[in-house]
Amino acid sequence: MGNRTIVPFGPQHPVLPEPIHLDLVLEDERVVEAIPRIGYIHRGLEKLVEKKDFQQYTFVAERICGICSFMHGMGYCMTIESIMQIEIPERAKFLRTIWAELSRMHSHILWLGLLADAFGFESLFMQSWKIREQILDIFEETTGGRVIFSVCDIGGVRKDISAETLQKIVGILEQVDKELKELTEVFLKDTSVKSRTKGVGVLSKQAAFDLGAVGPMAKASGVELDMRTQGYAAYGKLKFAPIIDTKGDCYARTKVRIKEIFQSIDLIKQCVELIPEGEIKVKVTGNPSGEYFTQIEQPRGEVVYYAKGNGSKFLDRMRVRTPTFANVPALLETLKGCSLADVPILILTIDPCISCTER
Amino acid sequence: MKFVKKSPWILHYDGSSCNGCDIEVLACLTPLYDVERFGIINTGNPKHADILLITGSVNEQNIPVVKQLYEQMAEPKVVAAIGICATSGGIFAECYNVVGGVDKVLPVDVYVPGCAARPEAIIDGVVKALAILEEKSKDARKKTGK
Amino acid sequence: MGQQTIKAISSNELLAEVLHLKNDGYRLVAITCTCKDGMELSYSFDKNYELLNLRINIGLDEDIASISFLYPFAFLYENEIKELFGVNIKDIAVDFNNSLYKIPVKTPFRKEGTE
Repeated sequence: MGNRTIVPFGPQHPVLPEPIHLDLVLEDERVVEAIPRIGYIHRGLEKLVEKKDFQQYTFVAERICGICSFMHGMGYCMTIESIMQIEIPERAKFLRTIWAELSRMHSHILWLGLLADAFGFESLFMQSWKIREQILDIFEETTGGRVIFSVCDIGGVRKDISAETLQKIVGILEQVDKELKELTEVFLKDTSVKSRTKGVGVLSKQAAFDLGAVGPMAKASGVELDMRTQGYAAYGKLKFAPIIDTKGDCYARTKVRIKEIFQSIDLIKQCVELIPEGEIKVKVTGNPSGEYFTQIEQPRGEVVYYAKGNGSKFLDRMRVRTPTFANVPALLETLKGCSLADVPILILTIDPCISCTER
Repeated sequence: MKFVKKSPWILHYDGSSCNGCDIEVLACLTPLYDVERFGIINTGNPKHADILLITGSVNEQNIPVVKQLYEQMAEPKVVAAIGICATSGGIFAECYNVVGGVDKVLPVDVYVPGCAARPEAIIDGVVKALAILEEKSKDARKKTGK
Repeated sequence: MGQQTIKAISSNELLAEVLHLKNDGYRLVAITCTCKDGMELSYSFDKNYELLNLRINIGLDEDIASISFLYPFAFLYENEIKELFGVNIKDIAVDFNNSLYKIPVKTPFRKEGTE
């Protein structure tokens, strides 16, 4: 038994692109307890519903987070559409699904890069982000934006993708698929990478459920929780099964995310085959009155939107429960008993998105 | 001080941005944009850095952090505000926990617009910052008479 | 989409209801608070993709019990609601004492005089 030391971690830390602060209570090199302190990015954007009307708020919702920007916009629009009982055109649903799955790919590849950076494999980080640029190019070509697109709107989507471009996307994805296979081999088979991720930060199935973990964090521990199975947008017409692993360590979480990237490629290809012709937007009249809870699956897991309208242009309340918020308790649990050197990797394997968490 | 101009090191801090600008700053370092070919390196240590890139606006809680980072950097140093939030607060300017742009607490030399700022714009901003850095080091030499 | 069940209960039924749900294998999804004509709290639970919401309406200054001894991770939601809305939640397992976000304004979401 050594002496207890408290090591402050963050808010500015080389492996963290975003500020979060943890007080790590250590006994020699072992972490006994981790106490989080958040609030460096808290903006209070849920309060903005009082100043921006429900249509303008779409742009705010997209800026909850710059990585899963499209999904936030989509989740918010779906909530308002449910309240106002708007049925959006089929084509818009498929387009949303395509952009959502592309977002998942870009988010997971970005995460793979950051993970590589966290265990000091710089060239792997560079390779991952090089592949990711091809997906950003698709975004730019189809929406005009690289990270924030503003393409989702209440009642549908603002831009259409032509059949030619859809075929082109499939071509690019085939190329990406090839490059990714080579890249992910390293994450899954390289001895030095495995030595950093295998058996590190194990979260049992029971603990994952009890702590309310969501997304790849829960899936890697064997909890089947994937909101896409509920068939929102066009997911009801696509064939897929949630990706589950049982080991619950960092390696399993990496594996789940890697498999999800390839699943996304498959889903986009299915969408391109099935997408119907037609309108992409319906006209929206009136103001929302009523309330609704929407659950969708983001790259980081289940997200919950709640909106309550009172019949005026301004909503009474809009609330987001983001996946990282739900995963923080599970992170604190896995940190207990790990060694100080593994802390950055453990923080990264929940794929933290602090700006989502604090809003 | 010619060596500084040839390879400035940057320090990146996320004020309260939505991540959009942060990932674009990181994208600048990766193969497609590759600012490292100019010798620009992203460091995690403020004492090594010449240019401070801040994304996102400042709030009560991160003002001391931002100030401390700035004070730890060695002279001459340049501050670049990346994205509209760092410039003025942007879409979040009306939020209760947002004080405003970075210039409320630090002397900002370069403003890079955009939501999110594009990598090309960020690189442009860093190049502008380099000229200012050169200028600042000239002034410093004049003062010390070396 | 899943069903939207909203079940209105009174604040002293809360713990019994939550214990019942916990034993039934429900997962706590979120706690949401809305301030309009008093405080409106929604506790959302999920089992096999079916969402169940418990709805409690209380006055601005009424107390409510914490559910954090049943669902330990509820402490984050409860601290958030306590700090942003000023709802008086009692006996939270890990109480940050209104310094989870450390915001400069006190209870920004609370609307006085709407009761």
